[in-house]
Amino acid sequence: MTKEEILDILQQIKDPEIPNLSVIELGMIRDVELSAPNAVIVRFTPTYSGCPATTLIKMEILQRLKEAGVEHIEIVEQLSPPWTTESFSPHALEKLRQAGIAPPHPHHKRGEDPPALGIPCPYCESTDTKLLSAFGTTACKALYQCNSCGQPFDYFKCH
Amino acid sequence: MGQRLCEWTGVAPELEIDLALCNIALDHLGQANAWYEYLVEIYPQPTDVDQLAFCRDEHQYYNITLVELPNGDFAQTIAKMALFSIFNYYLHDALRQCSDARIAAIAARSYKEIQYHRRYASNWLLRLGDGTDISHKRMQKALDIVWDHAFEAFTPSPADRIMHQQGIAPDLEQIKALWEDEVHQLLHKATLSIPDTGFTGYRAKSDGVHTEHMGYLLAEMQYMQRRYPNLQW
Repeated sequence: MTKEEILDILQQIKDPEIPNLSVIELGMIRDVELSAPNAVIVRFTPTYSGCPATTLIKMEILQRLKEAGVEHIEIVEQLSPPWTTESFSPHALEKLRQAGIAPPHPHHKRGEDPPALGIPCPYCESTDTKLLSAFGTTACKALYQCNSCGQPFDYFKCH
Repeated sequence: MGQRLCEWTGVAPELEIDLALCNIALDHLGQANAWYEYLVEIYPQPTDVDQLAFCRDEHQYYNITLVELPNGDFAQTIAKMALFSIFNYYLHDALRQCSDARIAAIAARSYKEIQYHRRYASNWLLRLGDGTDISHKRMQKALDIVWDHAFEAFTPSPADRIMHQQGIAPDLEQIKALWEDEVHQLLHKATLSIPDTGFTGYRAKSDGVHTEHMGYLLAEMQYMQRRYPNLQW
């Protein structure tokens, strides 16, 4: 099995809380190494400390690779450098929007509260929006509402 | 802190507060898990995270008493959170530079999350302190209740001293200066007065001597592991 084939399999594994983005697109896979024929080391970076999806994602990585015939799978947690939303590709940002989640915004400084106003609505693209809560449905998201179309929506915080 | 914040789940004053407190609680649990995982690797005897987190007796926990205090009303929760998260913020800021790579990595990730906790608690403290007469009174009362317990964080335990000597942990006196500076400014802005400092000799961190609240907290927190030993989700 080649590294590309392994990456193809990992590309199929989605974050259960952001179902159209893979763990690769989310930047959670730092590297994949073939340590021996049929033995794989996956360097995995968890996102938020308390993210409940982490355990599930690791289980799925093990299961999918096993199903593909990999005998020895080691998932190594790599904490440093910490996971960040800065590594999202433009493609990943577009996919977030399609899922109704406003992607991290350049005006939102990392470590600061999300802006009170103006995060573009992923449904109607209006910037007439307001922050409802800096903490949304999951740790990585904030909750906004669009004043133009009335739709409440999640915003993926810069992290 | 995480265990206490979980108690607000479903009963917080507003839905947004409910979400925020649950998310912050999760951060705390996740951070604790990361530290326990590291501890398990270097622990002198074979053990696991659940053993350490859920199967110790009260006197074997070395948290500061501030975090075990009951939530009280929302103001008291905010008072605890503000005093603790400001301390936690400066502590983790320093630990990010730690010579031990694993500690630095865990601290760097946690620091990002603690920034949110600190801002959340500070914003609410400001809003309640500089709010209505009633919110001001309740915020001041809450601060008065929890204030003394915060100082335990800055009294070095034997372990703190060793870690500081070995260049692992920062000087708590320095953290205290940063903390006092920020807390005093915050209280001033919130039109709250700095409480008189009374008894600060709590010894939970140094000797495992807790307030009467800790046993009840553990009874709930440890129930599943005690009732079903080695339970796995």
